[in-house]
Amino acid sequence: MSGRVLVGVKRVIDYAVKIRVKPDHSGVVTEGVKHSMNPFCEIAVEEAVKMKEKKLIKEVVAVSCGPQQVQETIRTALAMGADRGIHVEVSAKEYESLGPLQVSKILAALAKKEEAQLIILGKQAIDGDCNQTGQMTAALLDWPQGTFASEVTLEAGHVKVVREIDGGLETIKINTPAVLTADLRLNTPRYATLPNIMKAKKKKIANVKPADLGVELASKLQVLRVDEPPQREAGVKVESVDDLVGKLKEAGRI
Amino acid sequence: MRCQPDRDRLPGLPGWTVNLDQSGNRASGLRQPGPRPAETRCEPPLPNMANPLRSEVIALYKHLLYLGRDYPKGATYFKERLKHAFMKNKDETDPEKIRTLVKRGDFVIKELEALYFLRKYRTMKHRYYDEHKK
Repeated sequence: MSGRVLVGVKRVIDYAVKIRVKPDHSGVVTEGVKHSMNPFCEIAVEEAVKMKEKKLIKEVVAVSCGPQQVQETIRTALAMGADRGIHVEVSAKEYESLGPLQVSKILAALAKKEEAQLIILGKQAIDGDCNQTGQMTAALLDWPQGTFASEVTLEAGHVKVVREIDGGLETIKINTPAVLTADLRLNTPRYATLPNIMKAKKKKIANVKPADLGVELASKLQVLRVDEPPQREAGVKVESVDDLVGKLKEAGRI
Repeated sequence: MRCQPDRDRLPGLPGWTVNLDQSGNRASGLRQPGPRPAETRCEPPLPNMANPLRSEVIALYKHLLYLGRDYPKGATYFKERLKHAFMKNKDETDPEKIRTLVKRGDFVIKELEALYFLRKYRTMKHRYYDEHKK
């Protein structure tokens, strides 16, 4: 096994920023808004770096798809401990319609090219909330998948994954190469220290075009409209318990 | 969990008075160098930084400034208080005291990292998990 792990990272609007919808309802405002790495992607990077520190794998490669700005996100991954980065260049226009299917095609092509042993992704991005990329990548590669991982144990030739599912926890054993998606409780992502950030500047980020990987970016999906969630309506005050029961019946709740 | 950089607890930059060498006083900065205390270590004068502690303190300041960018109340708020806290101690010359202050700074760094992690974790948990439990 090559001992190489591919980690996908996505540049998203920072989790703490209040999202505003554009006046023309075509999307959300991203200009001048603080961006950072998707929290689940941070957890994915941390897991890969931990594996490398335990000497279970040899190299961590951080990948991101998008326009020039995603290089910041790759640099953050490098500062956290990734060895090198790959920036898949996508124009700003194409990026608007870039979805999980295209990204998973890109990741699948890269995984074959880099002979990756594992692909670790965040379970979902906090902007798209698709929760599809990991699963699609595994399907395209015909690799097993360990999704919603809250615990990962890498052993020779296979991986034990404890998954968070509705009923509790499920432990599975899958062969490598495999795709894993990180859930919230997998680990605690480290903060890049300034010396590490300086070191990361020397690490290489390779530029690749989707066409080089033989991937078509055309999307069959089109965003028709983006709206804010409905505003919370004002509550209604009632005078007595009978009133309350009456109102609940009116609302069809009982 | 409220965590603010306590302006009384952050270390400061060493004063100009520590820039002394064996041969006498160095005219470096605004004040006249004073007599060297007996317990201070003899640091040979270096071309750029006369005192290794100085570079430690500057590194600490830079790191705190970097972490302050994500501060919930805003980077400007943080930077003002950080600068004030450091300037308050700028005349400190005793290396032991400076080291203690630097250790406090490291503590604040850990507190900030914990704050940021918890805040992010709790927000993610609330957004993606608590709904299902209803």
